[in-house]
Amino acid sequence: MSATAEHSIAEPTPGMKRRVSLARLAPYLQAAPLTLILGAFLVAPILMIVVVSFWDYDFARLYPDFVTYNYTETLGSWVTWKTYLNTLKFSAIVWALTLCIGFWVAYFLAFHIRTTAMQIVLFLVCTVPFLTSNIIRMISWIPVLGRNGLINAALVESGLVPAPLEWLLYSEFAVVLAMVHLYTLFMVVPIFNTLMRIDRSLIEAARDAGANGWQILWNVIIPLAKPGMAIGTIFVVTLVMADFITVQVMSGGQSASVALIMKNQMSLLQYPAAAANAVVLLVLVLLLVAGILRVVDIRKEL
Amino acid sequence: MTRTTTGQKGISRRSLLKTGAAAAGLAAGSGAITGFPTIWAQNPITLRQFGTGVSNLNAIAEKCKEDLGITLEMTATDSDAAAQRAVTQPDSYDIADIEYWIAKKVFPAGVMQPMEVYRLKYYDKIVPLFIDGKLTPDSEIAQGTAPHTVGFVEAQGSATFATEPTDWLTMVPTIYNADTLGIRPDLVGREITTWADIMDPAFKGKTSILNIPSIGIMDAAMIMEAMGEITYADKGNMTTEEIDKTIEFLIKAKADGQFRAFWKSFDESVNLMSSGEVVIQSMWSPAVAAVRAKGIPCVYQPLKEGYRAWGGGLGLAAHLKGARLDAAYEYIDWYLSGWVGAYLNRQGYYSAAMETAKEYMSEDEWGYWVEGKPAEGDILAPDGKVMEKAGAVRDGGSFEERMGKVACWNSVMDEDRYMVRRWNEFIAS
Repeated sequence: MSATAEHSIAEPTPGMKRRVSLARLAPYLQAAPLTLILGAFLVAPILMIVVVSFWDYDFARLYPDFVTYNYTETLGSWVTWKTYLNTLKFSAIVWALTLCIGFWVAYFLAFHIRTTAMQIVLFLVCTVPFLTSNIIRMISWIPVLGRNGLINAALVESGLVPAPLEWLLYSEFAVVLAMVHLYTLFMVVPIFNTLMRIDRSLIEAARDAGANGWQILWNVIIPLAKPGMAIGTIFVVTLVMADFITVQVMSGGQSASVALIMKNQMSLLQYPAAAANAVVLLVLVLLLVAGILRVVDIRKEL
Repeated sequence: MTRTTTGQKGISRRSLLKTGAAAAGLAAGSGAITGFPTIWAQNPITLRQFGTGVSNLNAIAEKCKEDLGITLEMTATDSDAAAQRAVTQPDSYDIADIEYWIAKKVFPAGVMQPMEVYRLKYYDKIVPLFIDGKLTPDSEIAQGTAPHTVGFVEAQGSATFATEPTDWLTMVPTIYNADTLGIRPDLVGREITTWADIMDPAFKGKTSILNIPSIGIMDAAMIMEAMGEITYADKGNMTTEEIDKTIEFLIKAKADGQFRAFWKSFDESVNLMSSGEVVIQSMWSPAVAAVRAKGIPCVYQPLKEGYRAWGGGLGLAAHLKGARLDAAYEYIDWYLSGWVGAYLNRQGYYSAAMETAKEYMSEDEWGYWVEGKPAEGDILAPDGKVMEKAGAVRDGGSFEERMGKVACWNSVMDEDRYMVRRWNEFIAS
């Protein structure tokens, strides 16, 4: 159809034909770099993972094949279900904590700091810890939380507890603590961004109409901050779902996450099994993100 | 190809000096100074060696360059990646520095070539453990993948392991040791005598085992057998029922909170021990030395059931031929000629050619590391740091005492894939 259309337009003069087809090509050309990049670095690898997840393998080689037992082994094992539940549990707890903390930090920055300069300074202060690597920020918790660490030493010395608290380190508590520490900023940034865009006259109008502080927060600010919260949620949930190193280090290898299982499988060269796991995880995360997008329209933000 | 590039790159003041020195050496004694006929510095050869990192030591590469003029390019990987690389990228290496259980997986794939015994200068010096499996004529052969069972093939080009020593070696043994549990003598509060002690309720939440399936399962097997839970036909080659029973036992112990953590890397095991998070755990000998170097007491405790041993060696890639093959043989002869052996002995490992290593060690060093005698002076690490004070005795005693009590060798099981899957369940449980 487009070919015939082009043909009929092209009829009058050859010069015009060139200009018209160029004009038609322009949007495609403009989209091409991104398409190429996404195609080469996102779509192609994912397709490859899907393909490999159906392959057979032994200790050293992959055998191109079409077998489904990578999936049946994955989905048929109680370990997988337990691990997914565990990962979802971590996601839910970390999400709730980072949302609360992140929102209040952003709220304070946006509404209680008067000058823009100070806002920027304090915002940068929030990001300072992120100038060091993830691993260092996480590992630095170990001497703090350990059996003979800072907190336990202080508690025992002061006589508050008779023996060191064992659950501080190598426990789920330690994992959640480290994750909240690592990921709160990803909540602060998008929420701060939406809060700064809220038209201040809306708040004045609410106040003129007799709303008190809580009502303004609940009925004006939070609804308008939802797109930021949704973006922060997507960041935090996907980061936690894909995390393996925090879980491994902070739980001392005692707790499992989906990504940690994948990493174990990969270190044992069971790539097809890991690929099958990756596909399952990808589907789950996409469903979660789709769910979030149904609840909140983040296009308002963009 | 590598040869030409190295040659061109190598024209620096340093290499000129070195070549000059080598030429001077040649003039002085026709190369007899080092005892090796060819001076490769004049005809630079690079050998690419990859392996599990235990013996991928820079000091060895430097000394090799100095003595032989052969440049060693070393790559360290973990054991699973080493097995994979050995099979799938046979052209990417010249020399495989791998453990015997990896060789059991790799050699049948036909990517390596056996070595002719008569071409090896120090073949007669190799300890009999690697030839017929017996340290002394009356010692018993341990379970698992004992090195001698995969040490020979019938002929050049053959991929089946020979049951008897033949003229074709699969790998030349280089390094090995006997592993056991490490303890904090100041914190355990009692004598530790058996592998079963790691499951003592008194150490609840203060123990750890390593999370590397092929080795962790062996430690678990030693523990299970010591507790009288099960008797394996062969710990190194379990049946699926034996695997199930072992893993279920581990899962239960984990649920009861017996373990504090599972470690995967050397430094993790050092930190767990030195911080006092655990008091008894699976450990490797250099990790024990590292804890002690911090001034924290740590003992590599000999246990009555014996040790879990491992051994590694050098194998030749199938594609090696001509001058490069000659150079590889020469490198292997040099490896067994004593300097490297002494270096490894001083790190607490054992050299495969003990006699030649002895010549490069002082009497006191030999007494401490190999004969199990109290040190007369301070024992120094290869980098010159004091490792042990005078009067110290090595944990477990002499070479014969330690290697004579090996209960099991690291191994690869027929039910490998099933074991790994079940192990993953244990870690995830």
